[in-house]
Amino acid sequence: MSHAAHGDEFNVLKFQYEDMDQQNDSYIVGMWTFLVTEVMFFGMLFLTYSLYRANYQNDWFTAHEQLDWKLGGINTANLLFSSFLMATAVRQAQLKDRKGVLLRLAGVLACAFGFLVIKYVEYSGKYEHHLFPGPGFAPDVTHFHGANLDHVQLFFGLYFAMTGLHGVHVLVGILVIGALAMMWFKGKKIVTEDYVPTELVGLYWHFVDIVWIFLYPLFYLMPNPSVGSGGGNH
Amino acid sequence: MSTTVKTEVGGMEHFHTKPELNYLTNGHSIRSWLLTEDHKRIAMLYLISVSFFFLIGGLAAAGVRYELMSPAGNMMESETYNKLFTAHGAVMVFLFLLVAVPAVLGNFLIPLMIGARDLAFPRLNLLSWYLYMAAGTCIMLATLGGGVDTGWTFYTPYSSMYSNSNVSLTLLGVFLGGFSSITTGMNFIVTIHKMRAPGMTWFRLPLFIWGHYATGVIMLLGTPVVAITLLCVIFERTFQLPIYSPELGGDPVLFQHMFWFYSHPAVYIMILPAFGVISEIMTAFSRKRVFGYHMIAFSSLAIAFLGFLVWGHHMFVSSQSMYQSVIFSLLTFLLAVPSAIKVWNWTATMYKGNVVLASPMIYGIGFQGLFLVGGLTGPFLASYGNDIHLTATYFVVAHFHYVMVGGSIMGFLAGIHFWWPKMTGRLYNESVAKWNGLLVFVGFNLTFFPQFIVGWMGMPRRYHYYYFAPEFQPYHIMSTLGASFLGIGFVIPVIYMVHSLFKGERATDNPWNAHGLEWNTSSPPPTENFRYKVIVTDDVYDYDPVAEHENDMQLAGGKA
Repeated sequence: MSHAAHGDEFNVLKFQYEDMDQQNDSYIVGMWTFLVTEVMFFGMLFLTYSLYRANYQNDWFTAHEQLDWKLGGINTANLLFSSFLMATAVRQAQLKDRKGVLLRLAGVLACAFGFLVIKYVEYSGKYEHHLFPGPGFAPDVTHFHGANLDHVQLFFGLYFAMTGLHGVHVLVGILVIGALAMMWFKGKKIVTEDYVPTELVGLYWHFVDIVWIFLYPLFYLMPNPSVGSGGGNH
Repeated sequence: MSTTVKTEVGGMEHFHTKPELNYLTNGHSIRSWLLTEDHKRIAMLYLISVSFFFLIGGLAAAGVRYELMSPAGNMMESETYNKLFTAHGAVMVFLFLLVAVPAVLGNFLIPLMIGARDLAFPRLNLLSWYLYMAAGTCIMLATLGGGVDTGWTFYTPYSSMYSNSNVSLTLLGVFLGGFSSITTGMNFIVTIHKMRAPGMTWFRLPLFIWGHYATGVIMLLGTPVVAITLLCVIFERTFQLPIYSPELGGDPVLFQHMFWFYSHPAVYIMILPAFGVISEIMTAFSRKRVFGYHMIAFSSLAIAFLGFLVWGHHMFVSSQSMYQSVIFSLLTFLLAVPSAIKVWNWTATMYKGNVVLASPMIYGIGFQGLFLVGGLTGPFLASYGNDIHLTATYFVVAHFHYVMVGGSIMGFLAGIHFWWPKMTGRLYNESVAKWNGLLVFVGFNLTFFPQFIVGWMGMPRRYHYYYFAPEFQPYHIMSTLGASFLGIGFVIPVIYMVHSLFKGERATDNPWNAHGLEWNTSSPPPTENFRYKVIVTDDVYDYDPVAEHENDMQLAGGKA
């Protein structure tokens, strides 16, 4: 392992690693451990959601009717498509196809922006209808068929907490994907010579996607608890 | 000493500093320290900062102790007292105990012990120190700028709805500290998985590494949960976003579940690295291989796993179902098994060993004594019926101080004494260190043993007076006296350690004649840790008492 043998590789290989395999393995294990912490991070909110929904099924069903399942559905399709583009971007990175990667990353960014625009439309609608929890919470009672408005407020509390935290992750995704695209654009060796950095960003983006895959049915597609075998409020 | 094959490898020159430079002398500017990516320098930054926060937390403890000297509570108002014990708890837990052993000793030693040049992610390591300092700044600003009165546990709905103190800023500090902990944990896990030198198999890893591996797992799985839980309290306070709000049908006890889901395993973040330190010291100063290597390694993992299943024992008197409490009680008893395996194995290591009572060993044996008392009082509190009587009394306070101060801080002191020559290249005054070890042990017992008794008699924790039971006073006076000794016992090491930096004798590479990769490199180590390629060929802890004994006999014979 002489200096010359490192050649171009040395620009990319960090001081602490013996070779590129060790470096790439470390990056990938590091990313997966990070995603484990993210799962635990969101997990607490999913547990809170489960508890409150089990307690207040009917009120939450009434509250969920205020959400537009069509807009949520468009966003779901949008994120799924962006994840597909991301997967193919990683493939193009393996093939060292700079143009192909840039094209697909631009597509992912467009989808992410689209997601946030739709989210903005949804949020501002809720805000106008005074559905944002706190002192300004004053919904039109006629829309709620006698549901307990306190429990409705809890529903919207978790709706904003969980989709908001997810939205922050989308925002971070845009920054990271933007930085990656910039590196590909400038032809930086750290991304062009090795596909692993692109793969890492891809893993993060798939995680953001999969959180939404859970959020969408939980908030937008509730079954009616008083129909069929579902229990009501006790 | 043949744990490595020392071969100078051609082509490694670009990693080398000049031969005479070590990590301390490789750059002297402030910038070379504050922007360093060297795990050894980051460990030293951590050492200085945790010592500072330990001083702050200790001063708050002194205030609490002196107030309790009299039953009337005449030194300060109740509110001031509440803020003082909160400051003590929050600073000691979040800025000292969770950080001290892993971020100082773990950071310094993990790459050295596994034969790596650095942790897997050096920049992330530096970031973790900055996050920690940001956390410290928030908590200090909140404490000095008016204080927090919720206790270090921040129970809702008091913390979310009623308290008018600086709760949000403190919580922000704890939140940032959590991310510091997560990044440290990630670094440890990836480093131990991927950066081991050739031949360093899993069962050749020193037990210090196994302890930190288990710690890393807890940091990764637990910390995010408490981070989001506390973030929700911040949002509830600042934006009235309802999460725990009881007035809307939310569940404030849910906070306790989430909090203890992290904070119970967190006590293993504090103690598992100290277990690792003690395993190293017991074997090195008994001059024989540690007894039951595999069982000690697996018991660390068992503690990490079981630690996540016992949080409900903090909530026996909450709204938790009593059947749930019975299960949590049973699981807590199970957790005593792996802890007992460790203590038993250390004792068996010393048995028929050639025990050398050097200063690290004094602290190490002190650890065993204190941890034994702390550990054995655990089952008292794990017993559901018994705990109803003892909840929120000084018995609990004494129990967790025996484990945290007696365990974690004694382990930290033992480790600092053991590796100080490696970290700084200097020897401290050994006989002062030994006497100080004794002072800490005696002072500690004088502080906390009376608290078991007064707690059993019914002294509630977090009260700033006890005029209703003046017979408690002698115990409190004993406790305060002991705390004064303990305080002196923590100041003296700072003096002789700092003194050794300037006037201390230069240490050899292996002053304790211990085995392990870190003792094969120079003291202090060079920036790249090893000046040769590390290949491990021998078993861990390959002490050979018989050969050593024969060698001693020959030397003695030669002299005669």
